[in-house]
Amino acid sequence: MTKRILTLALAVIMTAALFIGGGQSALAAETGSTGDAAGGEITVGIASDLDSSLDPHVSSSLAGTREVLFNIYEGLMKPDTQGNLIPAVAEDYTVNDTADEYTFTLREGVRFHDGSEVTVGDVVYSLTRAAGLETGEPLMATLAGVASVEATDDKTVVVTLSAPDAEFIAYMTAAIIPDGSDPADGIVGTGPFKYVSRSVQENIVIEKFDEYWGEPAKADRVVFKIIEDGQTMVMSLRSGAIDMAAHLDASQVAELSGLNVLEGSMNLVQAMYLNNARSPFDDPLVRQALCYAIDKQMVIDLAGEGHGTPLGSSMYPAFGKYFDDSLTDYYENDLDKARDLLAEAGYGPDDPLKFTIAVVSAYTPHVNTAQVIVELLRQVGVEAEIKQMENAAWYSEAYQGRDFDATITGMDASTLTASALLGRFVSDSPKNFIGFENADYDAAYAAALATTDEAEQTAKFKECETILTENAANVYIQDLADFVVTQPDVEGYAFYPLYVMDMSTVYRAG
Amino acid sequence: MRYILKKTGVLLITLLLISLLAFLAFQIVPGDPTTKLLGSEYSPERAAALREEMGLNRNVLVRYVDWLTGFVTGDLGVSYSYGMGVRQVMEGKGVVTAALSLMAWLLVIAISIPLGITLARWQGGRLDRACVAMNQVFMAIPPFFLGILFTYIFGLVLHLFVPGGFISPQSSFWGFLGYLAFPALAIAIPKAAMVTKLLRSSIINQMGENYVRTAYSRGNSRWGVIRGHVLRNAILPVVTFVAMTLADIVAGSIIVEQVFALPGLGRLLLASIGNRDYPVVQCIVVIIAFVVVFMNYLADVVTQYIDPRVRLA
Repeated sequence: MTKRILTLALAVIMTAALFIGGGQSALAAETGSTGDAAGGEITVGIASDLDSSLDPHVSSSLAGTREVLFNIYEGLMKPDTQGNLIPAVAEDYTVNDTADEYTFTLREGVRFHDGSEVTVGDVVYSLTRAAGLETGEPLMATLAGVASVEATDDKTVVVTLSAPDAEFIAYMTAAIIPDGSDPADGIVGTGPFKYVSRSVQENIVIEKFDEYWGEPAKADRVVFKIIEDGQTMVMSLRSGAIDMAAHLDASQVAELSGLNVLEGSMNLVQAMYLNNARSPFDDPLVRQALCYAIDKQMVIDLAGEGHGTPLGSSMYPAFGKYFDDSLTDYYENDLDKARDLLAEAGYGPDDPLKFTIAVVSAYTPHVNTAQVIVELLRQVGVEAEIKQMENAAWYSEAYQGRDFDATITGMDASTLTASALLGRFVSDSPKNFIGFENADYDAAYAAALATTDEAEQTAKFKECETILTENAANVYIQDLADFVVTQPDVEGYAFYPLYVMDMSTVYRAG
Repeated sequence: MRYILKKTGVLLITLLLISLLAFLAFQIVPGDPTTKLLGSEYSPERAAALREEMGLNRNVLVRYVDWLTGFVTGDLGVSYSYGMGVRQVMEGKGVVTAALSLMAWLLVIAISIPLGITLARWQGGRLDRACVAMNQVFMAIPPFFLGILFTYIFGLVLHLFVPGGFISPQSSFWGFLGYLAFPALAIAIPKAAMVTKLLRSSIINQMGENYVRTAYSRGNSRWGVIRGHVLRNAILPVVTFVAMTLADIVAGSIIVEQVFALPGLGRLLLASIGNRDYPVVQCIVVIIAFVVVFMNYLADVVTQYIDPRVRLA
C-alpha cells in the first residue's frame, strides 16, 4: 500500500514537473554558469547574517562577523595558521623588560583600500579609538590597560600600559583604520580583500585588494552567502550554488559525497557550564560527581559520530604551550564514585538530584550533547531535563541574567591569549557567568598577567586550568570538530587556531 | 457605502490591535535588542547605557505611540540589527514574498478548480478514487517537507534549478520567476488538495438538492447540470476559502523561504524576531495582518457579487 502511494506521489510530482518545467532547463544552465564565468569568484555559505556594525573596534558578539572581517582588516600584528603572531602593519616590535611599553616600527608601503599609505597617525588614531583613550570607555575590552599611544617619529609608535601585561602583543591584532575615519561611513582596512557591498540576509561581497603588502589573495572576489538553514546549506553545496561552507557537523558531511571535506576543530571549549553560585552546583561534590558520571568519549561518539577532541579544562589543544593534556582524564569515568559523591552530598534514590540544562535549540551539536548527557546521568540516578531556548532568550536569561542550573555551550577565544579563555573565571569578571569564585584562581591569574617571564606565565595559566579542573567548575566535554566542505575544484583552505575564515589562500583550481 | 465604511473601520481597528499585541509580546519574551547587540560582551552597565541610548527604558505605551505615529506618517524607524532604515532593509524582500505568494495562489486555483470539477463530474470513477486517496496525503504534507523533496528531485536529480542559487529579479526576471516556481509549488500543493476536496464535496452535496432533480428532468446531462446550475451554488464556500488561502500562503511562506534560501519577508521576520529588532518585526507583522484581514474582506465582497442572496442593502 505504502509503495503504491509512493509511486503515485512520484508520478504526480513528475507530471507537475512537466507542467512547470518548460522554461526551466534554460534557466538551470544559465545559473550554473555564473560561478565559472567570473573565474576567480568563490561563494561561501555562512550560517548567519553579520552584525549591524562592521566596526572592527566594537567588540562583536558574533564570531560569524569576526571571521568575515578577518579578511578585510588587519592590526599591527596578525595570527598565522600555527597560532603565532606575525607582524602585519608593523614590521617589527620590541617590549621593555617590565612588559608595559611596546614599541612598534611600521612596515613600509602598507596601503589602505582607498589607496592611501598607512602612517603613524592612522595607527595612533586607530589604537586611541579602540582603547577609548579620549572617551574613557574602551571599545575593545582587551585594550582597557592601554595608558597612552604615541608616535615618536614617522615610523615608530609606542604603546604604554598602565600595568604590565606580557600577553598584550596578541591584542595588537586590533584593526588599523584611516585617521579620523568611522567604519559606519565606509569600511576601509589594509587586509587582502576590500569590502564591496552587503545585502541584508543575502550576501556580503569582498574583492581582492591589488595593492596588498603581503601575499595577494588568490581569488578575485568572494561572496559570503547567508543561508541560515542547515539542510539548505547542504543542498546548496550539493547543487553547486555555493563553493564552500565551514562549521558543518558530522551528520551534514555524511550527506555530502564527492566534495572535499577538511576536518579541523572549532577552537572552542564545549562544556556543561555549571552555575557555581547557586544550589545544587554550589556544592563541589555534586559538580565532581557529574564529572565522574559523564563519559566524554561516549558523548563524542554518540553526539559527534566520533569526531571531536576531549577536553578537561578551559583550554583547547590549538593553544599549544598552554594546553595541559594531563587534565583531560582527571576525572576517569567512574559511576560508583559518582554515586558515592552524590550520596555524600545528600542525594540518593529517594531524593535524586534534579536540574535543567539550558541549551540554544539552533545549535544542534550542543543539543545532541545535552541529550547524551541526560542519558548518561540517568545511570547514576540524576534527573536532568533539557530546556531548549531561543538564542536571544538564552543570552538574556542564562548568560547575562545568570539564571540557569547548567548550560551546554562553547566558549571561544577572540584573541590568541590564554586570558581570552581563562579571564572570565576571575571572581569579579563581568563575563564570569558561572559565578566561579576562587581566591587561588584569582591570584594565579593575576600572577600570570604580571610576569614577563614566559615560562612562569605558562605555568601560572596552567595552574589556573588545574584549579578549574580540580574544583570541577564545569563538566568539560570537547573541542568540537569543524568540517569545511568545498567543491572538488576549490582548494587552499587552511584552519587557524582561532574562529576565523581566511579566504586569501582559497582558489579555484584549473 | 455604510457597509464598506464599517468594514474599513473594522480593518483598521484589527490592524491597530495586532500591532499593539505584537509590540506587547516583546515585553513578555526574555531579551531585548541590547541582548543581541552586546552578546557575550554584556555587562549590566553597558546594557543600561545602551538601553538609555536606544530609548528602551521609556514606558512601553509611550514607545508604542511613538512607533505608531512614525508608522502612520511614513517613518518606519531604524532597524536595530542592521543600523539602517526599515524601509531600506525591507527593500526587495516584499517583492520576493509577494511574487512567491501570488504564484502559489494562482497555482492553487489553476490546479484545484478544474480538478475539483472534474472529480465531481466523474464521481466514483477511477481518477476520482485515486485522487481522493492522494488528497489525504497531499493535505497532510507540510510545505517545508515538500520543499526539501523538491530541492532533491527537481534540483539535485533533474537539475531543473539550482537549490540555493536564488536569482534576483534585477539580474533576470524570468530566472527569478523560474526559481520561485518550485517553492510556490511546494506551498500550493497542500492548499490545492484542500480546495479540490472542498469543491468536489460542495458540488456533490449540491447534486442532492431538489433543483438538481428539476434540472435533470429538463433533459440536462450531468455535466450540463453541474455547469449550468450547480457550480454557481457550489463555488460559494470555495471562494471564501480560496481568498483566505492567500493569507495563509503569505504567512506560510516563512518556513519555505528558509528551505529555498529566498531573501523574503518571512526569513527577515524570523531573523528579526531572533534579534529582537522591533521596528522590522512590527512592520512585517502589520503587512501580514493587513493581507489576512484584507483578503477576508475581499472574500465577503466577492461572495456578494456571485450570490445576490447575501447582498446587503
